[in-house]
Amino acid sequence: MIRYYFKLGILSIRANPALTALMVAAIAIGIGACMSIVTVRHVMSNNPVAHKNDVLFHVQLDNWNPDDPFDEPNEPPSQVTYLDASALYQADRAYRQTISFKTSRVVLPDSEDAKPFQELIRATTTDFFAMFDIPFKYGGAWDDAADRTEEHVVVLSSEMNQRLFGGVDSVGRMLTMNKEPYRVVGVLSEWLPMPKFYDLNNNPYEGAEDIFLPFSLAISGEWGNAGNNNCWKPTEDGTFAAYLASECVWIQMWVELRDTSEKSAYLQFLNDYVEEQKTLGRFPRALNNRLSTPAEWMVNREVIDDSIGVLLSLAVLFLVVCLLNTIGLLLAKVMRRTNDISLRRALGASKSALFAQYIIEAGMVGVAGGLAGIGMTWLGLRGIENVFAEYDFIAYLVAMDWAMVLGAVALAIASALGAALYPTWRACNVSPATTLRIQ
Amino acid sequence: MLKMSKVSKTYRTDTVETHALREFSLTVDEGEFVSVTGPSGSGKTTFLNIAGMLEELTSGSYELDGRDISKLGDKERSRIRNEKIGFIFQSFNLIPELDVFDNVDVPLRYRGFDARERKRRIGNCLEMVGLASRMKHYPAQLSGGQQQRVAIARAVAGEPRFLLADEPTGNLDTQMADSVLNLLTDINKSGTTIIMVTHELSLVDRARRNIFVKDGHVSDGPPELHFAASAIA
Repeated sequence: MIRYYFKLGILSIRANPALTALMVAAIAIGIGACMSIVTVRHVMSNNPVAHKNDVLFHVQLDNWNPDDPFDEPNEPPSQVTYLDASALYQADRAYRQTISFKTSRVVLPDSEDAKPFQELIRATTTDFFAMFDIPFKYGGAWDDAADRTEEHVVVLSSEMNQRLFGGVDSVGRMLTMNKEPYRVVGVLSEWLPMPKFYDLNNNPYEGAEDIFLPFSLAISGEWGNAGNNNCWKPTEDGTFAAYLASECVWIQMWVELRDTSEKSAYLQFLNDYVEEQKTLGRFPRALNNRLSTPAEWMVNREVIDDSIGVLLSLAVLFLVVCLLNTIGLLLAKVMRRTNDISLRRALGASKSALFAQYIIEAGMVGVAGGLAGIGMTWLGLRGIENVFAEYDFIAYLVAMDWAMVLGAVALAIASALGAALYPTWRACNVSPATTLRIQ
Repeated sequence: MLKMSKVSKTYRTDTVETHALREFSLTVDEGEFVSVTGPSGSGKTTFLNIAGMLEELTSGSYELDGRDISKLGDKERSRIRNEKIGFIFQSFNLIPELDVFDNVDVPLRYRGFDARERKRRIGNCLEMVGLASRMKHYPAQLSGGQQQRVAIARAVAGEPRFLLADEPTGNLDTQMADSVLNLLTDINKSGTTIIMVTHELSLVDRARRNIFVKDGHVSDGPPELHFAASAIA
């Protein structure tokens, strides 16, 4: 019977093409508006390291002003000082650990006609790559020794390797930055952590840096911090050494802890460390150290903008309006077909058989609405992209993925079926005698 | 056998109560050809709708083949309607989007026959009504008489025990009406019980028995008298 109902659905659609087109359009526009915003939100709330969410932890220590928390009600700073980052890193108490910050260099490409360009780079430690499962196309991360000896080595993104070396295996080749040579030890495969979970301080959607090099190298070179910086008291003087010795927070620290016992032990270690520092006159606030998973950290940093929630509510309301419109159109269609319904009842169709027939027809409209809705979603996302064209990261937010495509179709079918329930119920309860008598 | 005992049907609105049938009692034996006549508004069509289980009765009892119909749920009533009853309407009621083959196919689909059996029955029925060559025609491409023949083929395709016809020749000219009535007579001779509502006295002769309905109940006497009385009134 299912095939028969599909056949009847196609016949009905053919018999009322204008009405069907209106229903499909109403669903498609509603789905398009809704899914455009849902897609943006989906990308915004993505956890690029979801598969390691239980073992990766962002480190926070509360070295802040005793009279005023870093953030209300009692939030510790979102980054750590160089003093603490280097001490904790050297203590080497986690299974893996990484400290990093954003800086910048002027890159001088090899080819004579290429101009130098300023580039944001990430100064970090070797575990950064293993902890975050960053895939390599060529070579690999630098080793521990390079971190200790301030070796002039770099890891390039796939995009930067394409730009500087035409995409070939550049491991072993040299790169000049600020007139200093650096040896390429690794080239990443495509890697787009969106949001940039490991450093949410500036724009979480700006994308990962394209050049990575040892943290120690950036410190010994006294390279300035190009990321976020917060201080609660002035530094001794304007020197880099004073900055390193200050209570300013500007370094992101992550640790990898394989189970709850390792996590408890590390938190205890942090607490012990802070207690020790208190004896040296630091950490005037009460103990307030935190270890947050990437998901917790993204919530903490409010990665999803509040305005997205408002937009999503409006989009859902718009979808509801479109569905109400669809209900009206379906009702009109059903009421036009009371003769057909009554006749089928007279010829032996039960209410459940008619219900199945009309629900399948509505489902077909839903599928058509969903497919058209994918097109509308694509248009909606292109519209968002155009409005925010000046932001480099926008392309990442408005990229459709298969989950969203399937979601759009599923939502359209569910919406159409939901919209069809009342008209179908009305159809099944048409009194056949009344209609057939009128004929 | 169809048996109605003291069946009443009342339509109610907020302000008006209309008694369409009042203590209507009738028994129709297997193989009968019964005509039902009576003036407009007398309750003929209501009787036919209740007989065909298209409407619920308000009170009384209705048995079809010994089963009390009033106690059945929708699914069982639909099954009985599909298997035991065929309908023929004055306005044919063919589905315009379906061709002749698919129109006759409708009750067979709900019966659950496989494709081969449906095709065999449809072929036989259309052969019987003389429209085997028009299987792929749509209702709009047929004359009134041909449409009614398709409707008859649809009504008998499931080999029902009862055929309920409501003014089956009302929209046809005399010649076409005659051929439709001949067809119904043949169907009755093959054993199908026919109950035909009509207000045309000429058709009554075709039936083996006539019942006259007036004011919602069966009235006594030969139809001629009632027709005459109605005409004078």
